[in-house]
Amino acid sequence: MRVALFATCIGDTMFPDAAKATALLLTRLGHDVVFPPGQTCCGQMHVNTGYQPGALPLVANYADTFGDTSIDAVVAPSGSCVGSVRHQHEVVAERYGTASLCGQVQTVKAKTYELSEFLVDVLDVTDVGAYFPHRVTYHPTCHSLRMLRVGDKPLQLLRNVRDIDLVELPEADSCCGFGGTFAIKNAETSTAMLADKIRHVADTGAEFCSAGDSSCLMHIGGGMSRLQMGAKTIHLAEILASVESRVHA
Amino acid sequence: MSAVTLGLPSFPPRSPEGAGFLRGTEKFPVAAHHELANAQLRRNIGKATHTIRAKRLHVTGELPDWEELRDAGSAIKTDVMARLPELLEKFEAAVIARGGHVHWAADANEANAIVTELVKATGSDEVIKVKSMATQEIGLNEHLETQGILAYETDLAELIVQLGHDKPSHILVPAIHRNRSEIREIFLREMPDVDPNLGDNPADLAGAARKFLRHKFMTTPVAISGANFGIADTGTLTVVESEGNGRMCLTLPKTLITVMGIEKILPTYQDLEVFLQLLPRSSTGERMNPYTSMWTGVTPGDGPQEFHLVLLDNGRTAALADKIGREALNCIRCSACLNVCPVYERTGGHAYGSTYPGPIGAVLTPQLAGMHGKDDPNSTLPFASSLCGACFDACPVKIDIPSLLVELRHQKVEQAGVTAESVAMKAASFAMSTSTRWTAAQKAAGLGRIVAGKKGKISTLPPPLNGWTAARDIPAPPKQTFRSWWDSDEGRAALDEARREGKAGK
Ligand code: SF4
Repeated sequence: MRVALFATCIGDTMFPDAAKATALLLTRLGHDVVFPPGQTCCGQMHVNTGYQPGALPLVANYADTFGDTSIDAVVAPSGSCVGSVRHQHEVVAERYGTASLCGQVQTVKAKTYELSEFLVDVLDVTDVGAYFPHRVTYHPTCHSLRMLRVGDKPLQLLRNVRDIDLVELPEADSCCGFGGTFAIKNAETSTAMLADKIRHVADTGAEFCSAGDSSCLMHIGGGMSRLQMGAKTIHLAEILASVESRVHA
Repeated sequence: MSAVTLGLPSFPPRSPEGAGFLRGTEKFPVAAHHELANAQLRRNIGKATHTIRAKRLHVTGELPDWEELRDAGSAIKTDVMARLPELLEKFEAAVIARGGHVHWAADANEANAIVTELVKATGSDEVIKVKSMATQEIGLNEHLETQGILAYETDLAELIVQLGHDKPSHILVPAIHRNRSEIREIFLREMPDVDPNLGDNPADLAGAARKFLRHKFMTTPVAISGANFGIADTGTLTVVESEGNGRMCLTLPKTLITVMGIEKILPTYQDLEVFLQLLPRSSTGERMNPYTSMWTGVTPGDGPQEFHLVLLDNGRTAALADKIGREALNCIRCSACLNVCPVYERTGGHAYGSTYPGPIGAVLTPQLAGMHGKDDPNSTLPFASSLCGACFDACPVKIDIPSLLVELRHQKVEQAGVTAESVAMKAASFAMSTSTRWTAAQKAAGLGRIVAGKKGKISTLPPPLNGWTAARDIPAPPKQTFRSWWDSDEGRAALDEARREGKAGK
């Protein structure tokens, strides 16, 4: 399959390892991975902060970049960005865009997938041949869970990783408190939510807290770094891309 | 219709400022700051919401058709909002035909004045009350007090709040922020003739309240209630409750006055079937609430002989006029969204400054009362959410609260005009609208490495970003963006190797 990687703005700039891992993993699984260089951002931050018209050029750019009919699927290592493509692009296009943009948005949205969905639903694989000899706990992230309904697909994938010690995160489905600009506008409430999430991670004794969204991991990781906790954050894609010859340090 | 017709306002009025409780005194982040500091409150709320959450999941999980019930509830409510004027007229006619009196109140002030006059006409200076959100919304008790009329709440939790000179902090469990020993202290301080050796176990506390209330039930000639549902076909009103105190109020006094928000209509008796399943399961986690009272007009020789219904607008028509926002009127006040909300769990209800706290409050309050200008506390409510979506999942009538929040944020931003934030967002939109501009911006972001220094992380940022770094570090931006890695020899080599690994594995 010809798969276009959507690295997401934050992934491309701040967390390239998750995008690299996605590219390497899909390539290893035998797919022709391309990176359309025209891509930028899905516009989620604009929509969620109240700037819908400001999201229009980003929605249009996304539709243009990935509208290419030679692309069979678009895959992003981010539940929230895929959530935005699936649930918000249409609203923005219908309000501020042209009829042709609305059509394009529909087409592109139908072939955009979050990584774990793509692996399990489209490729029908739950064992990607990964090896990761560490104690890991998984935070399912709100948008993957509730906007995309990925369910336990990430866990199905993780359970098949060789030598992984996967431990359940208490109150896993409660929000980590990120919420984009919420973390700044309501910093104290956000921090209170983060404190509980971090406490739960600490309780598992995991070396790594994993998730399918770099922005949530930036939040959780930022708090753990401040507390100088030993545990680190790692994107789901990085675990799945790990093989014995290149074990993640 | 033209925007201006015969001098009528082009948009229905919101609830007036200064009347009732649809606006706090502080913006959400400021109010939350005070509440977050109260560790006891956080513990009380966290414990209570976790308990109700688990119970709700248990009883909703038992019903094989729970999702269909939610769909049915949502469809009935959406239909009601689409033809509200017609249903209200039908309802009014049915209530009158059965011997009731109907009054229309445009806002809190009018409703308070109508109720005061009705109570005064009975000659009583005391009323007993059934727990009601509508009367709290309009500040009825406080208004009656200024008119020399004492209102006694008979719902146990409401009584605790009232005696504690406090405000409710939850739709269903208004005293959720109090624990037993705090309640005991309130009773000892405020109740006449209370046993000084009162214990703090639930039975003792309930016993003290029972003694206090029984006297009121037997001697007060006027009761005031809200309504969970009003049935357009028959003119029937419904109150669901757990303690039976409501039923005492609805049956013992001579005069009954009901204040009902105009959105509480259901078309037919049969529609109740759906909601009497949805509501108790979602709110208290019970299969059925212990008391469901229904009354239709007056019945000679049985129950109140005079019945008045006050139909309250107070911003509801304004909400209805908003094609997207009107979905919030579908709310049946079950409070399931509060009990799953991570923000509510940390801040409690008072931070929202309104009778309606939590996720639904964050959308309903600004719709009913408006969010005027940048200093209005209500303007911060749509942002008081991480958009995690737990409320949407829990809502028995499937109100898409996160989307409504995003919509209100959009309305707020449009109102606000040019601000530092809007300038920044515009710049970001421009920078990210083409990849050429974006890659240039990424280079600038790379400068963050200099800020991060040797530690490799950023621990202080200037306002408004200092909220982030108060508790969280930001990693230094990496040396190479993903796209430059993709175009590099290193990137190509890594992909080649992955391709080989894939082939070898086949
Ligand atoms: S919005 Fe839904 S969940 Fe929240 S109180 Fe209303 S009906 Fe219940």
